Amino acid sequence: MSLSVKLTTKENVLLVRLSGELDHHAAENLKKEWQIAMREKNAQHVILNLEQLSFMDSSGLGVILGRYKEVKQAGGEMVVCSISPAVKRLFDMSGLFKIIRLEESEQFALLSLGVAS
Amino acid sequence: MRNTMNLEFASLSANESFARVTVAAFVSQLDPTMDELTEIKTVVSEAVTNSIIHGYNNEPEQKIYISCTLDDDVVELVIRDYGVGIENIDEAIQPLYTSKPELERSGMGFTIMENFMDKVEINSNTQEGTTVKLIKHFKKSKTLCN
Repeated sequence: MSLSVKLTTKENVLLVRLSGELDHHAAENLKKEWQIAMREKNAQHVILNLEQLSFMDSSGLGVILGRYKEVKQAGGEMVVCSISPAVKRLFDMSGLFKIIRLEESEQFALLSLGVAS
Repeated sequence: MRNTMNLEFASLSANESFARVTVAAFVSQLDPTMDELTEIKTVVSEAVTNSIIHGYNNEPEQKIYISCTLDDDVVELVIRDYGVGIENIDEAIQPLYTSKPELERSGMGFTIMENFMDKVEINSNTQEGTTVKLIKHFKKSKTLCN
């Protein structure tokens, strides 16, 4: 099962919705698409919705951390939402929640960034 | 009962999912929990990705070998490449360490393997390759409850 990436914007927030499996193979394309969308849509913040993500490994952590650094550098914020227990375990193990905020749902994530959903 | 399986495939990133799904299908006969199955898939993905990126420096025409042995409720996985090898294993297994920071690696591969498996053994010689042996006991409590 491959990775499907849906990129939309709401005001100045890029919504990244992933479904399927995020490994090293998928990470390279995801990085490109994500970077292009940030630029073209002139987004400041990112909401990463992982509700439909059925598998992720350390390559996924790498690509998320890479985008986090870019968003942070530009003065924005990244929020992760709707994460499964399996993916959450990897986030916990790597300490990513110390820098990336977790919200229960996309709606809460949007509200936390000051966008009415 | 003892059962074995051997797999050989090209060092292409497209084979990362093939490898983890194939191993998961093989170990499914031990009736693992969903968590155990996810752990096995994740560690296979980590070790195969290491072989592709680090062992073979993304050369697509090399070979990766997996052997998997099931012995009662114990899974033993051996993942081997004949790539460049690891110069300093102690350094490589440190959480967040990566030898290729330019590639956005998280440096969590070996940490995840150590967390998800009961035993991780790494044997590596520079210019000869790396073998990672991973062992896990599946919990049998679910069948005892029947």
